[in-house]
Amino acid sequence: MDSVVLIYKGIYILAIFGISLLIATYSTYFERKIAAFIQDRVGPNRAGPMGLLQPLADAGKLFFKEEFIPAKANKTLFILGPGIAMLVAAMSSAVIPFGDTLILGETSFDLIAIDVNIGILYIFGVVSLGVYGLMIGGWASNNKFSLLGAIRAASQNISYELAMGLSLIAVLMLSGSLSLKVIAEQQAGFNWNIWYQPLGFLIFLICAFAETNRTPFDLPESEAELIGGYHTEYSSMKLGMYLFAEYINIFVVSAVMATLYFGAYNFPFMENLRNAFDDPVLGNNVVTILGVVVMFAKIFAFIFFFMWVRWTLPRFRYDQLMKLGWNILIPLAILNILLTGGGILLYEYFTKG
Amino acid sequence: MTESLFFFFASLTLLCAVMVVISKNPVYSVIFLILTFFTISAHYILLNAQFLAAVNIIVYAGAIMVLFLFVLMFINTGKNMEDTMKKNVLAKIAGTVAGGLLFTVVVAALKDVTLGHPDPATFNSQVGMVENLGKVLFTKYMLPFQLVAVLFLVSMVGAVMIGKREAGEQNF
Repeated sequence: MDSVVLIYKGIYILAIFGISLLIATYSTYFERKIAAFIQDRVGPNRAGPMGLLQPLADAGKLFFKEEFIPAKANKTLFILGPGIAMLVAAMSSAVIPFGDTLILGETSFDLIAIDVNIGILYIFGVVSLGVYGLMIGGWASNNKFSLLGAIRAASQNISYELAMGLSLIAVLMLSGSLSLKVIAEQQAGFNWNIWYQPLGFLIFLICAFAETNRTPFDLPESEAELIGGYHTEYSSMKLGMYLFAEYINIFVVSAVMATLYFGAYNFPFMENLRNAFDDPVLGNNVVTILGVVVMFAKIFAFIFFFMWVRWTLPRFRYDQLMKLGWNILIPLAILNILLTGGGILLYEYFTKG
Repeated sequence: MTESLFFFFASLTLLCAVMVVISKNPVYSVIFLILTFFTISAHYILLNAQFLAAVNIIVYAGAIMVLFLFVLMFINTGKNMEDTMKKNVLAKIAGTVAGGLLFTVVVAALKDVTLGHPDPATFNSQVGMVENLGKVLFTKYMLPFQLVAVLFLVSMVGAVMIGKREAGEQNF
């Protein structure tokens, strides 16, 4: 790898990191605006025009709040908890292809931070580590309610990871590759996976809600039963880190869903647009930049969906949550694998035989 | 580069593994065990076996260790355990003897080991990639692979049977 590519990758990784932080910051603002719209209120409108500086004001407030550590808490782990949550959340956007290749002069630049051939497994592994931040923080608080929240988070994540993995297998059967870049390239134009995997997408979507601890699956922090769940004892920016990690997770999961099922940076008639330019380099670059815009539009649509659901649906009861995960989603996901396998066999039988 | 990375990760692995054993607090032990899995995954990546590295993280660090931590959090990791362990001198002697014997066995076993040296000319560096791994598993090792799958199914059914609520039993 020559030094130009190395420098480019470094800048790109920093840019993606910055963008995910920025989107997470402004997700808090849009969450409150959307909540206000759904509940027929005004929402934040004091800080800056239309309340646009509200996230900065919130962050400033959190920084200046008292840093409180309970007397009987395990101090090291108490501080480590939010750190792990934040680290794991920020790690996962590395393998997502946000766009195709940009050609500048002689070199072409892939708009993906690291193109590993196990991309989807990387995301899956990192997401499955996210629960440690919650568990360690909840346990270290030395508070029964925090502990209950942590236990709930752990059992919920483990239960829904299974269904999530099984729904992913159907996508992998179609694509034949674990690399997110390859999966994105295969969905060129309007050939998106959602047309082949509607059931798989539904399962993945539900599991994504559960994995990010969003309503209707936010039982680890259900305030009516557990005060604040795993972050009951947290204050100041440590609490902010937990909340922030949740929004980064939403961003990453939205990006993964857009990549796996909604064609990533592909949009209809992109080949026609590419061929409309006389200069192939210019055509490629225009399509790539439009593709990045399309990718982020898809991500924002999913983030909006997350918020829409949060302010529409009530929370599950805990036994209902477990029943949904184990008795409904996992059998459905296995059925989806069987259907996909049967579909692939039938397709090959009719096209090749 | 690779060699220095190997020594870095190897020493980190050993350090974490030792910390698992000597930590007083079981929760710390679990956290160091998770770190050990991470460093082992780093070794897999150095060996160009990315699939194994990812699966190691997902299965061990992501699922099994969560369950370990889950159980440990319910147990009151109070000082009672530590006190009894401190007082019992006999247990310490027994532990030392057993550990020493195990060490002797490992040394004896490693003494006669001959390391395989793959021929760089014919060695396929892509052997650990997920496509090749899948092909080997589904052709050469088809029967053992399926037997392992059946074994997992049996153990899963067994776990469900043990965890199942008996008729008339009150759990809450």
